Amino acid sequence: MIQLKVNGSSKQFSGDPEMPLLWYLRDQLKMKGTKFGCGMGLCGACTVHVDGKPARSCQTSMKAAEGKTILTIEGLYAKGKQEHPVQKAWKQCAVPQCGYCQSGQIMQAAALLKDKPKPNDKDIDDAMQGNICRCGTYQRIRQAIKLAAGVQA
Amino acid sequence: MNRVEHVSRRGFLSQVFSAGSFILGAKLLPLDAVAATTVPSWQPGVFVGLSPSGIVTIVAHRSEMGTGVRTVLPMVIADEMEADWKRVKVEQAIGDAKYGSQNTDGSCSIRDFYDAIRQAGASAKLMLERSAAEQWKVPASECRASNHEVIHTSGKKLGYGALVALAAKQPVPKIEELTFKKESEYRYIGKDVPMIDLNDLVSGKGTFGMDAEVPGMVFASIERSPVYGGKYKSHDDTEARKVAGVTDIVVIPDFKPPHMFQALGGVAVIADSTWAAMQGRKKLKVQWEASPHASFDSDSYKKELSDKARLPQKVVRNVGDVDAEFGRAAKTIDAQYYVPHLSHAPMEPPAAVAEFKDGKVTAWTATQNPQAVQDAVSAALGIDKKDVICNVTLLGGGFGRKSKPDYVCEAAILSKKLGKPVKVAWSREEDIQFDYYHAVASMYMKAAVDGKGKPTAWLHRSVFPTIGSTFDPSAKYGQEFEMGMGWVDLPHDIPNHRAENGPADNHVRVGWMRAVANIYHAFAIHSFMDELAASAGRDPVEYLLDVLGKDRKVLIKPEGMAYWNNTMTQDKYPVDTARLRRVIELAAEKSGWANYKPSKGKALGIAAHRSFLTYVATVVEVEVDDRGQLKIPRVVFAVDAGKIMHPDRVKSQFEGASVFGTSIALHGEITAKNGRVQQSNYHNYQVARMNDAPYQTDVHIVKSDAPPAGVGEPGVPTVAPAICNAIFRATGKRIRELPIKKQLVNY
Repeated sequence: MIQLKVNGSSKQFSGDPEMPLLWYLRDQLKMKGTKFGCGMGLCGACTVHVDGKPARSCQTSMKAAEGKTILTIEGLYAKGKQEHPVQKAWKQCAVPQCGYCQSGQIMQAAALLKDKPKPNDKDIDDAMQGNICRCGTYQRIRQAIKLAAGVQA
Repeated sequence: MNRVEHVSRRGFLSQVFSAGSFILGAKLLPLDAVAATTVPSWQPGVFVGLSPSGIVTIVAHRSEMGTGVRTVLPMVIADEMEADWKRVKVEQAIGDAKYGSQNTDGSCSIRDFYDAIRQAGASAKLMLERSAAEQWKVPASECRASNHEVIHTSGKKLGYGALVALAAKQPVPKIEELTFKKESEYRYIGKDVPMIDLNDLVSGKGTFGMDAEVPGMVFASIERSPVYGGKYKSHDDTEARKVAGVTDIVVIPDFKPPHMFQALGGVAVIADSTWAAMQGRKKLKVQWEASPHASFDSDSYKKELSDKARLPQKVVRNVGDVDAEFGRAAKTIDAQYYVPHLSHAPMEPPAAVAEFKDGKVTAWTATQNPQAVQDAVSAALGIDKKDVICNVTLLGGGFGRKSKPDYVCEAAILSKKLGKPVKVAWSREEDIQFDYYHAVASMYMKAAVDGKGKPTAWLHRSVFPTIGSTFDPSAKYGQEFEMGMGWVDLPHDIPNHRAENGPADNHVRVGWMRAVANIYHAFAIHSFMDELAASAGRDPVEYLLDVLGKDRKVLIKPEGMAYWNNTMTQDKYPVDTARLRRVIELAAEKSGWANYKPSKGKALGIAAHRSFLTYVATVVEVEVDDRGQLKIPRVVFAVDAGKIMHPDRVKSQFEGASVFGTSIALHGEITAKNGRVQQSNYHNYQVARMNDAPYQTDVHIVKSDAPPAGVGEPGVPTVAPAICNAIFRATGKRIRELPIKKQLVNY
């Protein structure tokens, strides 16, 4: 029996320990904000926080998630019922087009700002280059990160 | 002519509008189309309703894949109706021919429906004003609708909700009676209203095709023939069945040519979760018959196309006498260009849920064309089109891939066999290996030039497999629409001009991808234009304006076919060189072209192109370092797309096109060996990421009263040639084949 915490609540899992966390979140917990994009850790659409660090849930097995604290886009939003500053900035900059990759982008950006509250362009490139947006919203993602961080765009 | 009429609350509409609502339908056939056909019966396309509670409901009949169309079309109606946007509810339409075309493709949602949606909004407004006048027993001219209520000159007011019953009895006004708002009166048009899905999309709540779920649903993962046309022979599922959660193995019959939007065929592993289905499929062993396409090899195919492009081919445009001019010209220049097969690779791979029950299919899917879902599924299952109900989710990107509902057919076929709802979710590998690829093209260009380097004759041969093969496997030549996409409509002032199209066989499925045939035509034309400018030692902007010639409308007359012009007449949407000139000048001005100082490895490049009836000029700045690493600090777009409804979403489409075009230029290449596609995921089919995408894209919109034109696609074609032209100025290296990336090492 694998124990883990998802968005503050304790969960138990007894299936295939090799199953990626992504499919546990989506198929079992029905938390579909975390997206499937590539299944190889190449696109970042499935990014969640594992013990506060950004992780690709498609590359995180349930076995590896044992005892871990998981935060998903649904949990980021619910925290204190307030929009996370990153989500707020995302809306102000009207970042999303199709929106499919944006949960992953937002989780990655939130982790970046926790780590580096005032990131420069290189910090942003380094942190965000693993997250693909096929619609091409990168310019606004950068803008929104800077807005949320209160650094000069 | 468009028409607006009362509609009764039946079928799907009964779920959308509450009882007692006043509902108007607006006919949506574009004017041009109506003039050319006899209209069988009145079919409203847009529905707007008002409930007694005062809520205005508008049905969005087009698919949302990131353009904002689900917000913008209803927003225009609301504005003309003087409805308060906060009291407007948008409902997504199911697939139904009564909406007119729902194929969200071709950058035409605003263009085709602008007149009709304005009329629907203005009709509703006038009917509400007349209702209030009736209630107050005053002349209608004393009543004016404003922000969800009607106000009398005396100051008394009635909310829209209170007027429902009377409005429902008003005769629908004639078009001549309608008044449309002036630009200064707009509340929402031009004001960058936030997308209705914005909150959902930043909080993970939006429902995409991949997220669709119905009770009792099972999950399928499908093994398909790795070679196009390879038929199913046999399979061994012993190991697959041992995987926990796997419940069934189902053979999906091979498609019968033409492939159209049919399921390709294959063997499906059915399980109680996505993961179990995927694991089961890994253990499945399938044997395929040999396919005639098993010898398909991209290298030899490229050679075949390129060789053909060097020989005379079918003439598709002929002006003057190109050969005579080549014979007498002092100088000729030629070059050959190549663009490979490309994959759409939207972030959300194709996905659908389908439930077959009591002879009917209900589907939930990310589709650009729910009526194509109805057609394809009804054909696959031998049921009536009306018995296919297609619910449209949000699309995690489309780019043309999701106009082709083969994946929905798979889900429907499986559901019928299994007697329960089935979810088909493609992996990234399936998406990249079984795409309807953007067609590869080889293009040969030759020009004769005068003493100033200006072309006096221009030959453009283009050889590419046609999308027409989707419907006719024997089709080998380009279709009207492929020729008409920025090729046979080149408006530049060149007295002798010939275009020739060579035949090509297809060995994979090809299909529309964002900007379609414009991609390769624009790459060849605007690269070659820049080569001519360079050969003449002239500034590319000055040269482009000179070759464009004086302001005029060019009547395009291709050989042996009509000029496609995005299905519109040249009367309403002429090829206007003044508008192309204006965007070139604006892009030059905004990019600081005149005063820009190129340095080693750093320069600007330009390309200007008309596509989807929109005029676009793009200036790109590149920096290439000694190791051949390319950076794109800046892209400047100047855009004339006619009337604009939502400037911010227009800008976002061009920002996105800047990145999409960069992906094509830098990375995109699908290749095959022994008939098998060699790429499989984002590691070997790369797309632009934050660190190699343009750092900044500025979009400058020309203010225009011309009829609305396209926005979603026309930003794409100019990007690759502008990048390559900038690279040439920065390094002296001319890129004639895409992708660029591997060609810049040690330039």
